[in-house]
Amino acid sequence: MTILVIAEHTNDHLSDATAKTVSAATKIGGDIHVLVAGSGASAAAEQAAKISGVAKVLHAEDDHYAKQLAEPMAALILSLADDYDVLMAPAGTDGKNYMPRVAAKLDVMQVSDIIAVESADTFQRPIYAGNAIATVQSSDAKKVITVRGTAFDAPAMDGSASVETIGAAEFPSISEFVKEELTKSDRPELQGAKIVISGGRALASGENFEKYIYPVADKLGAAVGASRAAVDAGYVPNDMQVGQTGKVVAPELYIAVGISGAIQHLAGMKDSKVIVAINKDEEAPIFQVADYGLVADLFEAMPELEKAL
Amino acid sequence: MKVLVPVKRVIDYNVKVRVKPDQSDVDLANVKMSMNPFDEIAVEEAVRLKEAGTAEEVIAVTIGPEKAQDQLRQALAMGADRAILIETTETVEPLSVAKLLAKVCEEESPQLVVMGKQAIDDDCNQTGQMLAALMGWPQGTFASAVTKEGDKLHVTREIDGGLQTVALNLPAVVTTDLRLNEPRYASLPNIMKAKKKPLDKKSPSDYGVEITARLKTLKVTEPPKREAGIKVGSVADLVEKLKNEAGVL
Ligand SMILES: Cc1cc2nc3c(=O)[nH]c(=O)nc-3n(C[C@H](O)[C@H](O)[C@H](O)COP(=O)(O)OP(=O)(O)OC[C@H]3O[C@@H](n4cnc5c(N)ncnc54)[C@H](O)[C@@H]3O)c2cc1C
Ligand SMILES: Cc1cc2nc3c(=O)[nH]c(=O)nc-3n(C[C@H](O)[C@H](O)[C@H](O)COP(=O)(O)OP(=O)(O)OC[C@H]3O[C@@H](n4cnc5c(N)ncnc54)[C@H](O)[C@@H]3O)c2cc1C
Repeated sequence: MTILVIAEHTNDHLSDATAKTVSAATKIGGDIHVLVAGSGASAAAEQAAKISGVAKVLHAEDDHYAKQLAEPMAALILSLADDYDVLMAPAGTDGKNYMPRVAAKLDVMQVSDIIAVESADTFQRPIYAGNAIATVQSSDAKKVITVRGTAFDAPAMDGSASVETIGAAEFPSISEFVKEELTKSDRPELQGAKIVISGGRALASGENFEKYIYPVADKLGAAVGASRAAVDAGYVPNDMQVGQTGKVVAPELYIAVGISGAIQHLAGMKDSKVIVAINKDEEAPIFQVADYGLVADLFEAMPELEKAL
Repeated sequence: MKVLVPVKRVIDYNVKVRVKPDQSDVDLANVKMSMNPFDEIAVEEAVRLKEAGTAEEVIAVTIGPEKAQDQLRQALAMGADRAILIETTETVEPLSVAKLLAKVCEEESPQLVVMGKQAIDDDCNQTGQMLAALMGWPQGTFASAVTKEGDKLHVTREIDGGLQTVALNLPAVVTTDLRLNEPRYASLPNIMKAKKKPLDKKSPSDYGVEITARLKTLKVTEPPKREAGIKVGSVADLVEKLKNEAGVL
């Protein structure tokens, strides 16, 4: 069995989810290679070589790969696919974008967002916003899989795989990068953070996130998330949304502030180790999953919490 | 240009599903079914393109049981011009859905396909990308803004780090994210009018597509249950518990 893990990275930095995808690959078993395709991505390739369990890193350099656009990425992965039995990627917005494209071309039904490996062809994946877990068996000879990073442990970073430079594949010139607006933040990344504090509609403005959420987050070294309602209202950017259709997190501690606890939100955080809810409505559904519930007005409780820490 | 909008009949997003005792599947008997919320956004976007004069015709298509006509009628009531039902009672995986949609694309030659980024039942998030691959078209997934700039389509995408804008050649596939627009409610007169709009019925065999499943569901189980914990009386109490009981501070 030979497995290719497609790295998720920002050229200078490899995502934690990539390492965790390697963990999932280890559970399937076999020779594990990691593909790092980017522009100026040597740093990411070197980080990939350190992941324990990786036998070889393939490094493809070209401007076309700088922004991970689906069309060139899929073409590159397809050019390598013959040599592999399994193709895997983290289920982030990059992997979700190019992997189904690869799968369709290979005439393979992708297994999305797996949370457990039962055997080389059998996997668990959440369906219906995590309200049910399906165990599925794939009959495809080649497997295309995306992996939910939070469900797998981070491997040790003591490996020393070789890094092999490979050429670029042909470029389908049907799409091009125009621009990006990346959210800049000095706080930890949502998906890797040990503590996440999220605000909901009750915050009522972006300024209130600044005033009531960020100071507590900074004291705790926490990442900040939000409910869809807070994102839709424009209080915070889209990449902070936690939930079924946003990011899935599973930190040691999740603090939900002024969030009601809709099933779509719970889908993104209910695997957190400890959940705290601060909500002024004692009937709010979030309390049904919270280990510690505080019935209080957040505008009073949050400044108090900041002081108490 | 012609716009194709695939819509899927799914369990209503307000319903909390239960797993059947025999673990064969979730229990969908007598639960409320609706149009996948992301597909409502897709229909809305297509209808807006028509209202802006960018699109001439909007065609809604679904693959599903006879009852999926309800969702097509809803699309028609929102402003789609005609609809196609590819009727099957079987479970159709995204790959087969994409193959059927590719056949519809060959027949109808749309310049644009707008569809949901994920269906809220299976949460697969694949169909649009697979369709784009089969057609050799570019894709603009997780779209929060779509504009026509000359002969290209500019799509702003919601990505893990923020927003990314790409320029796509046409024809193209766009998949919708939540913030692309707010779908309209169909008015009563439009619901009445929709009943008279054309709705074609087909079957997968009309398109020569085999829909055998590649994934076998061995079982469907409940996720581990989280028990509700305790209520704390004050902020001080909370901090004390997090430090000494939970050990997370
Ligand atoms: C297709 C689809 C996908 C979705 N995906 C997601 C997703 O990924 N993530 C997500 O989060 N949602 C998602 N949603 C939306 C979800 O259904 C809810 O609408 C949303 O989570 C509600 O956000 P909220 O809890 O902030 O707001 P509300 O439900 O309005 O809750 C606000 C809460 O704040 C409390 N409150 C008010 N004032 C105060 C105060 N002063 N102090 C303390 N508490 C206060 C209230 O008691 C209430 O419980 C999705 C919905 C759909 C249809
Ligand atoms: C255990 C289990 C039980 C299931 N039971 C049912 C069931 O009872 N009824 C049922 O309908 N499905 C059922 N399915 C789903 C079915 O097998 C396919 O997986 C599904 O139709 C493909 O959509 P998706 O959610 O996986 O794709 P996604 O890639 O998440 O869907 C994205 C978009 O593709 C389009 N799309 C997807 N499917 C269709 C379609 N059929 N017609 C038109 N456009 C579409 C929509 O625009 C949608 O927003 C079940 C799946 C499993 C695993």
